[in-house]
Amino acid sequence: MSARGARLGLRTAALGYLFLLLAAPVGLIFFRTFEHGLGPAWEAVTTPEAQHAFYLTFVMIAIAVPLNTVFGVTCALMLVRSRMPGKALVNALIDMPFAVSPVVIGLALVLVYGNDGWFGGWLTERGIQVIFSVPGMILATIFVSLPFVVREVVPVLREIGTEQEQAASTLGASGWQTFRRVTLPSIRWGLTYGIVLATARSLGEFGAISVVSGKLSGQTETATLFVEQRFHQFDLTGAYAASMVLAVMALTTLLAMNFLNRRRTH
Amino acid sequence: MRFRAPRLSGTALGGGIAMAYLSLIVLIPLAAVVDKSLEDGFDTFWAAVTNEQALAALKLSLVASGIVAAINAVTGTLIAWVLVRDDFRGKGVVNSLIDLPFALPTIVAGLTLLALYGPRGPVGIDVAYTKVAVILALLFVTLPFVVRAVQPVLMELDEEMEEAAASLGAGNLTIFRRVILPNLTPAILAGVALAFARSVGEFGSLVLITGNLPFDTEVASVFIFGQIESDRVIGAAAVSVVLLAVSLVVLLGISVASRPGARHER
Repeated sequence: MSARGARLGLRTAALGYLFLLLAAPVGLIFFRTFEHGLGPAWEAVTTPEAQHAFYLTFVMIAIAVPLNTVFGVTCALMLVRSRMPGKALVNALIDMPFAVSPVVIGLALVLVYGNDGWFGGWLTERGIQVIFSVPGMILATIFVSLPFVVREVVPVLREIGTEQEQAASTLGASGWQTFRRVTLPSIRWGLTYGIVLATARSLGEFGAISVVSGKLSGQTETATLFVEQRFHQFDLTGAYAASMVLAVMALTTLLAMNFLNRRRTH
Repeated sequence: MRFRAPRLSGTALGGGIAMAYLSLIVLIPLAAVVDKSLEDGFDTFWAAVTNEQALAALKLSLVASGIVAAINAVTGTLIAWVLVRDDFRGKGVVNSLIDLPFALPTIVAGLTLLALYGPRGPVGIDVAYTKVAVILALLFVTLPFVVRAVQPVLMELDEEMEEAAASLGAGNLTIFRRVILPNLTPAILAGVALAFARSVGEFGSLVLITGNLPFDTEVASVFIFGQIESDRVIGAAAVSVVLLAVSLVVLLGISVASRPGARHER
């Protein structure tokens, strides 16, 4: 009897905590967005400025995620399959982006790629502007989303072992054929999961981008920066509406993660 | 005899490119931060770090992160327990919602919390621009860490041990304290460490809800951001180095702690 009571008490405590911290605030955003009807919210996210911000966010994802995917798979193969010296060091360094504050990431990029930065002179001579411009924002997005694919692919590669790859190469398959026909199909779910995580992280990046972008409205403003800018302009409808679009994307990501998690474990 | 892994042609080349990529985007920029902080010598670095406003911001970040980590140890374990051992309708949905703070852009997280617990909130609780807001935002973004660390361990835990303890007359609390908790401790600590590392550098979820009041609600990352904006780059770099050092220590701690004993035979 008391065991059941305890169970119920714990359940109530856990769900209550989750409700107050997660569900209620996020639910309220949906309510606030449509408080004055669909019209104002729709208008707020379809202004040229808002459209450009979302477009820019997609550009970030479209460049950073594929690059990190190729890097991630290459790096994972290197970490698991090769015997390169310095592997342990690389393994430790890969996680750095998880542990570094986004603002520090932004500062770090400015110090290297900014006008007064290490490579600034060289870049300026060639007329390439990285900081306060889109390339810098892409670098920031790559930085923050870098570890995800590696971290998801490494354990899968370890688990599948090398037998099938060996068989393929014994039968005369080239390295690339072995990779495409044998390795890639076996890592596909882990790889996809890593890609989903990297996409979510890129979509939401704020701190590093706010340092390197210069926040030029309509030029270097991504969706997350647009939310902040609308808030500071006292346009709460705009801020809520853009937030809601981002929240819907986050929920879609959750669904994808859920689906992939089931795939991965079967 | 033992076969070597088949050589994926170009692995060495790929490894070289991967290293260059990691260096250009992560390592060189982080080195530039350290270099910048020491540009005018150690005394300038020390003065920048021990400046009163910097110290207040660092202290707030560390103390708030410590509190948040401790709260997570309790609530995270509780939620994990309820998700594994309890059964109720909608458990699957709750389980996938746990990852929401990870998928949701941090600026949106801050805005949602401000909408509910800010000056215009519907429930009359207003914690905006106070230290409580710092804790609240950090609790939101760190929610998944302990839950996701403890859940798999709890799933594998043999319930027979608990039944044996119960048949010997142990109460619920004793079973939890003497049987369950010791098995979960490594996972809880790993999750807590990740939550702490994440909190120390957090930026996006804090900028809107804390008001960034120096000596009161200004955390380290917001302080760094302010220093960058006002062109005090050495000050920004110096405090960044302290944050980098803290996260490196935490990362090292996790990897050391997860190496011996913690890795059971599977």
